[in-house]
Amino acid sequence: MHEKRLTILCGHYGTGKTNVAVNLALSMRQQGQPVTVADLDIVNPYFRTMDSADAFEHAGIRLICSRFANSNVDIPSLPPDLYAITDDKQTRMVLDIGGDDSGATVLGRLAPAILAEDSFEMWMVVNQYRPLTRDVPSTIEVMEEIAAAAGLPFTGVVNNSNLGEETTAAHVLATVDYAEAVAKAAGVPVVLTTADVGLTPELTGKVPNLFPLELQKNKPF
Amino acid sequence: MAEKVLMKGNEAIAEAAICAGCRHYFGYPITPQTEIAAYMAKKMPKIGGCFLQAESEVAAINMVYGVAATGKRVMTSSSSPGISLKAEGLSYMAGADLPALIVNVQRGGPGLGGIQPSQSDYFQATRGGGHGDYRMLVLAPASVQEMASLTVKGFDLADKYRMTAMILADGTMGQMMEPVSLEFPEAEKVEKPWATTGTDMARPHNIVNSLFLQPDELERVNFERYERYAYIEANETMYEEYLMEDAEICVAAFGIASRVAKNAINEARKQGIKVGMIRPITLWPFPVAPFAAAADKVKSFISVELSMGQMIEDIKLATSCKKPVTLCNRAGGIIPSPEQVLEAIQNAAKNGGAE
Repeated sequence: MHEKRLTILCGHYGTGKTNVAVNLALSMRQQGQPVTVADLDIVNPYFRTMDSADAFEHAGIRLICSRFANSNVDIPSLPPDLYAITDDKQTRMVLDIGGDDSGATVLGRLAPAILAEDSFEMWMVVNQYRPLTRDVPSTIEVMEEIAAAAGLPFTGVVNNSNLGEETTAAHVLATVDYAEAVAKAAGVPVVLTTADVGLTPELTGKVPNLFPLELQKNKPF
Repeated sequence: MAEKVLMKGNEAIAEAAICAGCRHYFGYPITPQTEIAAYMAKKMPKIGGCFLQAESEVAAINMVYGVAATGKRVMTSSSSPGISLKAEGLSYMAGADLPALIVNVQRGGPGLGGIQPSQSDYFQATRGGGHGDYRMLVLAPASVQEMASLTVKGFDLADKYRMTAMILADGTMGQMMEPVSLEFPEAEKVEKPWATTGTDMARPHNIVNSLFLQPDELERVNFERYERYAYIEANETMYEEYLMEDAEICVAAFGIASRVAKNAINEARKQGIKVGMIRPITLWPFPVAPFAAAADKVKSFISVELSMGQMIEDIKLATSCKKPVTLCNRAGGIIPSPEQVLEAIQNAAKNGGAE
């Protein structure tokens, strides 16, 4: 995997950025590196990185997160230790950014320091099965809005195309061309193709840079 | 078959409404249903529709009243406190016999409460919420697919019976993501000769109003409306029965609570407990018949709710209190766990049904 200190995950809302962020952080940590996850989602009050707080603590991953995540405080709020993202250079950082350009606005504030340090990847997480990003032009439109709001350029595309628990290997394979086309239009590579770890045998060698995800099973509802 | 897409419950409602021919949306943002407004804001201008963020919920519901009077399909969406603000308009629409779709993605209350999921607006939805004698059709989806299909159904029923239909969901149903097929049966075309579409000097004026100057006229309209309600109660009830054939304990739950309950029931069945579920899909009209039938078969009922116990009153009414009904609940934005429901089932089994 890449060696840049900061990995920034952006995308249209509901593409699965948080799932990718959690898995990415856990995999970096397994390689023995100090890892911090920064949940900078100011848009969505439900289903947050915060939900993985126990797993992070167990793995020794630091979580930077709004004090009000998963509470009833319904205001866009940033964590008090926000500047640790750019100041604390001893740890690798996975940044989980809120959906669309409104979520990416948060990055604008950090962009000068991120550009100055010049050790970042900014990845666009895409899911072709999301209704508003079904084709290349609509995905590129969202991508350009995010890049403009963030003040940072994209360096890769993460193909996280899935239909939730109904996802099969065929569903993933059907999106390979879409992800390649988005990446080509944006002038960046497809850095990861994600899929539930159970699909690994069927997808190995058939998709670019397969990254297996451990997803939450046995949901209470 | 059309390919599925992965949608949030809120998005599924918005897209299904567009599929159902709704081209007018008026609302005011509130968590946890803001994606509906956001989706409409993005899509409506592209298809020649109207998205308008009103200055308040009160303004939005009166815009809905206005468009409904012209016979066009129209909707609004909100969450609990916002629905309270719309209650006056809902009563006026009932008084004027206007169809529209109202979405309530409930959050914990009362008051401002919180933003986490809840089912504590059951009374408000099924008993009217606004003033006067009236009913709303209340549909309770339990999956993202149902968020879509019941939205289409809600528009159809609203037009057919000239009344408001409400989708009563909760924050989790609104936020959760599941695969959805957006293929729906063609809606029955409902003529609206009462709509204010212009007379072309060819017919008398249509007047849409909820004010009646003569009490006997107002009484007559109320009685007529309740004849329509009685017809709906007899013909439009929807529910799902799960493992009820041999059940000795009947769990009752709707929406998100029914999903938790299903997991608990499956676990209880593994332990040899004969338990099933009746899941009301229409909360008004309430599925009285299956509960009345179950009351002659089962030993007890358990109502699983994200409230202090509201639907439980309808179960007692439907069963004429023939068997004990207990409550298994969480409130304030917290969802009961399958373990909590399982424990309630185990207790009911231990007590031979009665507690």
